[in-house]
Amino acid sequence: MADVNRGNRPLSPHLMIYRPQWTSMSSIFVRITGIGLLLGSILVVWWLIAAATSESAFGFIDGLLRSWFGDLIMALATWALFYHMFGRLRHVIWDFGYMLDVDKSELFAKAMVLISFLLTAFVVIVL
Amino acid sequence: MAYLTDRKRAEGLGSAKSGTKHFWKMIGSSIALQVMIPLFVFTFGMGLGGTFEEVQAYFSKPLPVIIMAASLIVLISHFTAEAAEAVEDYMHGMAEKLTLLGLNALAYTLIAVGLFALARMAL
Repeated sequence: MADVNRGNRPLSPHLMIYRPQWTSMSSIFVRITGIGLLLGSILVVWWLIAAATSESAFGFIDGLLRSWFGDLIMALATWALFYHMFGRLRHVIWDFGYMLDVDKSELFAKAMVLISFLLTAFVVIVL
Repeated sequence: MAYLTDRKRAEGLGSAKSGTKHFWKMIGSSIALQVMIPLFVFTFGMGLGGTFEEVQAYFSKPLPVIIMAASLIVLISHFTAEAAEAVEDYMHGMAEKLTLLGLNALAYTLIAVGLFALARMAL
């Protein structure tokens, strides 16, 4: 019965008034990074098929990925990958019942952001 | 591994439909990816930045190809399932169904194209 026409009634404000917190912000960022990485994987597959095809196709995508813009996208994608990885790790830990208190979860959220930055810096410098 | 009778396969799914299976698939791929992501970042990072010939030579060795292929399959299925969850949360009705179809199509296309490219370079 959920799709019965319930009229055009307004919703009570939720996003506008709820104070953003480490838990909710980290959760939405895990989702945003997930979708962003899906788009990023399109770029990776593009690079692969170009490398398999021809010099000119490869030149285009390689030039794109090695320009400063491409470097920025790659760095952001690396951060997103690590952040998302730790976010999903946190979800798996929660699913098995550990670390469910708020302060531990907030600590993990902050640690996630920090470690992602560190790992990204490592990757950018080394590779 | 369907050690189920036909009846058991049909019943018992309830209103969650394939939600439980989806849930465990996400957990499984998340854990697998914990290991695969460092490998993938390293492999892709070493590959990116070479000339055309260097990249082709890099991907004709077995180890980078296998890591890239396995990572691509697991990554793309994982991200598609996540995007499907997000779509189920925010969209409803016909738009939801069409978007889910589109996402699945995109996922299979990406996997096919990626595997083809890797196979072309490796063999």
